[in-house]
Amino acid sequence: MSRVVFRGAHLVDGAGDHGVHDLYVNGGVVEGVDLGGEVDREVETAGALLTPAFLDLHTHLRDPGQEQKEDLSSGLAAAAAGGFGTVVSMANTDPVVDEPGLVTDLVRRAARLGQARLRPAAALSRGLAGDRLTDFAALQAAGAVMITDDGIPVADSHLMRRACEYAAELGLVIQTHSEEPSLRAGGVMHEGAVSRRLGLPGNPDAAEALMIFRDGELARLTGARVHIAHVSSKRGMQVAEQLKADGAPITIEVTPHHLTLTDEALASFDPLYKVAPPLRTADDVAYLRDAVRRGVVDNIGTDHAPHTRAEKERDLLSAPFGIANLEVTFPLLYTELVLTGELGLPTLLHLLQDGPARVMGWEPPRLVPGAPADLTLLDLEAELPVEGRSFRSKAKWTPWEGERLRGWPRVTMVGGVLAFERGALAPA
Amino acid sequence: MAAGLSAVDASPATTSPQPEPRQARPARGRKQHLLDFADWSREELMALLDTTDVMAQVLTRTIKKVPALQGMTVATLFFEDSTRTRLSFDRAARAQSADVMSFAAGGSSLAKGESLRDTLRTLDQLQADLYVVRHPVAGVPYQLTRWTDAAIVNAGDGRRAHPTQALLDAYTFRQRFGGGASAFEGKRLAIVGDVEHSRVARSNAELFTKLGAEVVLCGPATLLPREFAALPGVSVTHRLEEAVEGADAVMALRLQQERMTRGLLPSLAEYVARYQLTERVMRSAAEGAIVMHPGPLVRDLEVASDVADGERSVIEQQVANGVPVRMAVLYTLLVGQR
Repeated sequence: MSRVVFRGAHLVDGAGDHGVHDLYVNGGVVEGVDLGGEVDREVETAGALLTPAFLDLHTHLRDPGQEQKEDLSSGLAAAAAGGFGTVVSMANTDPVVDEPGLVTDLVRRAARLGQARLRPAAALSRGLAGDRLTDFAALQAAGAVMITDDGIPVADSHLMRRACEYAAELGLVIQTHSEEPSLRAGGVMHEGAVSRRLGLPGNPDAAEALMIFRDGELARLTGARVHIAHVSSKRGMQVAEQLKADGAPITIEVTPHHLTLTDEALASFDPLYKVAPPLRTADDVAYLRDAVRRGVVDNIGTDHAPHTRAEKERDLLSAPFGIANLEVTFPLLYTELVLTGELGLPTLLHLLQDGPARVMGWEPPRLVPGAPADLTLLDLEAELPVEGRSFRSKAKWTPWEGERLRGWPRVTMVGGVLAFERGALAPA
Repeated sequence: MAAGLSAVDASPATTSPQPEPRQARPARGRKQHLLDFADWSREELMALLDTTDVMAQVLTRTIKKVPALQGMTVATLFFEDSTRTRLSFDRAARAQSADVMSFAAGGSSLAKGESLRDTLRTLDQLQADLYVVRHPVAGVPYQLTRWTDAAIVNAGDGRRAHPTQALLDAYTFRQRFGGGASAFEGKRLAIVGDVEHSRVARSNAELFTKLGAEVVLCGPATLLPREFAALPGVSVTHRLEEAVEGADAVMALRLQQERMTRGLLPSLAEYVARYQLTERVMRSAAEGAIVMHPGPLVRDLEVASDVADGERSVIEQQVANGVPVRMAVLYTLLVGQR
């Protein structure tokens, strides 16, 4: 494995701001700073921010079985292009990841790609059918790090309770897609004044709040570590906060799109904006941002959910839910939250680094000798338009097309290997 | 797809067979579509109603045909069955000598899960100048505008909008009450029934308020969620007497039987008892108030038979006005007003 130096980089990690140094990587790990000596590759950083690569606990890679939407290669390349060094893949594939062999296969195939690391989630119920638990222990032994039926809420409270008990015993994180199914019903957007005006079936915030309450109560009852995925509404967040304050062992995730888009986007009738849970009102967005500022939120998960163009060109009832956003997450949030003064850069980095690591019980990533060389170099200055056609993801369409953003990852290194490089780099 | 497509030549009775150069499609930038009324000013809408007067006059002639749209092609794209609306547009196009193609995908596998762009791009090769689109899902006509240069008229999309129905309702209203630009000022329209699932209600609320009238929506809370009060110029009540009192026009909406099975209504009898338009309740309406219904009418459900057949009822005029209104819409979009 080669020796690489990031020349004159501004080093920042969860432990603080370490100033400008030459950071050396050797043998897949961080070697140290300002060491000198021969290198195989020199990355001229011009003072750009070098920081641990991001962790995404919520990625739909669509592999196996839905490779027309995304596959391991395109999805993990997209992750690297977005500055992510590790992603947790969701289990709602075809077949569903509910058997140890499927987990092993994913891990083995991903390791060969030299892109972002893959740490798969496994399904909570067999076939996501919501009636029988999967073999948690065997799935964990095969490499699964999280248990979730994400995409389909677990309707049966008894099954969810047993899943929590079993996962607690194994130290597994349960991630929940908390929406009460009979209330959510056929809703394709947030239920409110806009859905009434547009004549589209709505999904009320009460569906989310109710289910977060149930899932939080079950966490409290069983002691399981329950990760509430993609909290989208003010009510949902308030319920989650209260449970957390009451000592329930839950963690809270928000997504880039719920922090930046509102239900008014559906007035375009473009299924690009159809996502579950739905985009909410400006009031909800403001509350989520406030919760982020107050430190209530544990991580930003992308919920990167790619679909084919043809699927997103159906009518709004039959088009599938999901926004593909791995490659714009950091620039989007940096531009809309940090550059506007709403959020400090350290907080945003925390939500993509130490925050998700803590949710999972992993070591917080650090730029210290011996740490895995999972790094991302962020250019905080250059302003570039979002161009879906340049995405590594197979989903080359995005709600933010044409928007000019700053904070683009320039280089992402995973285990000492340069997985992604954007723009001009000094030759080695 | 070819099976669903039938091109019919509607050559006018009195023309030479001399081929004319194809009319260019309307250029982007000018008023091109009728999707809802958001892009239409009150003046433009009044002008549409004035054009309707002219078209209605055409339809009284012995030869009910003008060459206004000769050489142009109107395609009706119906992803949901509606013989009445399709025929009304068909007649409106042919009465102006346009050629008409009809594409019906209602009930076929095409209607669900297809890429709308793929469907439209294929049809677009047939060079229609204007599409009349009906679809069971809100927003489809809006989506289609992204993929064609042709004009698009929304002939009803899900619960969203049915602008030509609202225009014919407004035309019927103006016909009855007279008056030009101020026909709607200070007037009140009550819309009663299943507002939530009704594109007719949404379009009428939008149009009548835009024209200067006040709109009251009325129905049980399950079919009339409170968010409707957020619409500009619109108020909401759940009491029929309150809605009808002083109203100049009362419009009853269709009630789909399936609403009963989804927990939205306890029973038909309860609905009839609370929301049926009867002679008794209509007595509190304004002097000369009219009763409207978008059809098809289920007798003695939304409206009592004596009201439907009584002198207040303009239900038949509404149907008759469908063709001239649609003629005016096609003419305005394809040829222009001024």
